[in-house]
Amino acid sequence: MAGSGAPALSVEHLSKHFGRRVAFDDVSFEVQRGEVFGFLGPNGAGKTTTVRTLCTLLAPTSGSATVAGLALVPANGERIRRRIAIMPESPGLYLRLSVLENLRCFADLYEVPSPAARIDHALRAVNLADRARDVCGSLSKGMRQRVALARALLTEPQVLFLDEPTSGLDPAAAREVHELIDELRRRGVTVFLTTHRLAEAERLCDRVAIFNTTMRVVGRPGDLRDRLFRREYAVRTAAPLPEPGRVFDGLPAVEGWRPDGVAGYVLAVSEPAVAVPEVTRALVAVGADVLSIAESRHSLEDVYWALIDQDKLADQSELAGRDKLTGQSKLIGQNKRSGPE
Amino acid sequence: MTISRRRVWAIARKELQEYRRDITVVAAMAILPVVFLVQPLVQVFTIPVSAAAALRHEHALLYLLGVPVLVPAALAAYSVVGERLQATLEPVLATPISRAELLLGKALAAFVPSICVAYGVFALFVAVVEVLARPEIASAFIQGPELLAQLLFTPLLVVWSIWVGIAVSTRVRDPRTAGQLALLVSLPTVAVTTLVAFNIIPATLPMALVLGAALLLLDLLGWRATSAFIDRERLITAT
Ligand SMILES: Nc1ncnc2c1ncn2[C@@H]1O[C@H](COP(=O)(O)OP(=O)(O)O)[C@@H](O)[C@H]1O
Ligand SMILES: [Mg+2]
Repeated sequence: MAGSGAPALSVEHLSKHFGRRVAFDDVSFEVQRGEVFGFLGPNGAGKTTTVRTLCTLLAPTSGSATVAGLALVPANGERIRRRIAIMPESPGLYLRLSVLENLRCFADLYEVPSPAARIDHALRAVNLADRARDVCGSLSKGMRQRVALARALLTEPQVLFLDEPTSGLDPAAAREVHELIDELRRRGVTVFLTTHRLAEAERLCDRVAIFNTTMRVVGRPGDLRDRLFRREYAVRTAAPLPEPGRVFDGLPAVEGWRPDGVAGYVLAVSEPAVAVPEVTRALVAVGADVLSIAESRHSLEDVYWALIDQDKLADQSELAGRDKLTGQSKLIGQNKRSGPE
Repeated sequence: MTISRRRVWAIARKELQEYRRDITVVAAMAILPVVFLVQPLVQVFTIPVSAAAALRHEHALLYLLGVPVLVPAALAAYSVVGERLQATLEPVLATPISRAELLLGKALAAFVPSICVAYGVFALFVAVVEVLARPEIASAFIQGPELLAQLLFTPLLVVWSIWVGIAVSTRVRDPRTAGQLALLVSLPTVAVTTLVAFNIIPATLPMALVLGAALLLLDLLGWRATSAFIDRERLITAT
């Protein structure tokens, strides 16, 4: 679905500093039209500041960007704001006003033609048509979030920014929001979604950026896994192998191995199509009863922790003048916290 | 730059809807005028007829000009800090609204109820005095030029107080502080109207013209200065 033509967002070396404090630094990426792009990072990583900068609420300190086809410069502020919509971190509803009154206000601020029909449409999209007359202060957190989403859908935004749309929601409410985002994807809306929830990014996003003040990696969740970790296979046997080293060490397609439990082994392989039959033959040859050989998949979570832990290590060694951004290659083969998916 | 009336009205309408449902706002709007009505009404009904002639040199009616100073200041003080409290500034500022439109919308929302309350209080006072006070006292209290001054100065004072209130509101974090600070900052204006009422500043035509011109100038400068505070980055980061 990722569309043709100019990208919906194009960001080059963008930075925002508050005085001496760096909110984000040297960020570059592109988001294609129709894409759901995830911006994943821990609290304080600079996600909200990035969204606010791209939404023209804050002026970048340096760098450049194009938002919905327009250069991010003060002169374009109003025109950019006409083309985008934002659902901020906290819903920001007028709590004394009804859902309808809130949406009416924003429909007028966006000068939406035939506002009544448009409001009705947006309320239906978030399944809140029957709560239109309720005072926002009386709604649950999940419902407020949905009202905020309806507000962002009053126009047909070219880019929709969702800043932690499920933060503070219980699992059921979060799932509803996820379903709404899936629906947006089906309709081809370009979504820029920030989150600190890994599962959310993996489930919803076409591509994910892992971000911690500066950009760490960008890619499809699956590609990120493959880029950062080598392929691993988990072998289970009925009984422990007496000398596993003699079985695995000689196999050309097996690059390394380590024990995993009593009668289990994790093998790092280069070429699964060669390695798996090779391993099977070797095990049979030593008389082992093979229970299973399965790919052990890394989740996005592994990628995330690998990078974020690395940032922490880099922070610790910053005194020694080391650069945070080096050593991505050191990750290869590192697989803490890996586990069954 | 063109001003979108639809956007101005969207802001004004939602502010009015909020005011109406906020008990503290409604209470403040009810109590302030009462405070200002008590002193002149007591005077009307306690003064002996023999003192009526002396009363002509005072301008008790003008004392009520405190209402169009304090009511709008209290209302406008809430306008930005209230949004900050509900985190509604971010979605509003993310719309195409211009700062002039936002400011005008907020000013309009404070202007309409303030003018209604101020004129309402004068009308009430005049009606009570005309109907209930003795004719000698009534004619001493209510004089043509004072009534005219009242009508003309009220909107000028309201506008000035709105700018003061909004300016305070953009710089302060909680509504209570904003309200108190706005009232405090408005006190010098009330002091001037009170000095005129007690004839310490002479209420002559030239003086009225000078004060009127000064207020008009302050209203225009206030608009300029307050516009500068309605800056997206400044409003978003000052939380
Ligand atoms: N208005 C501000 N003034 C100073 N520092 C700020 C401001 N807003 C955010 N920051 C800092 O910028 C960093 C990124 O914050 P933020 O964008 O809110 O992160 P996230 O949304 O990823 O949690 C934090 O260190 C935060 O303290
Ligand atoms: Mg945030």
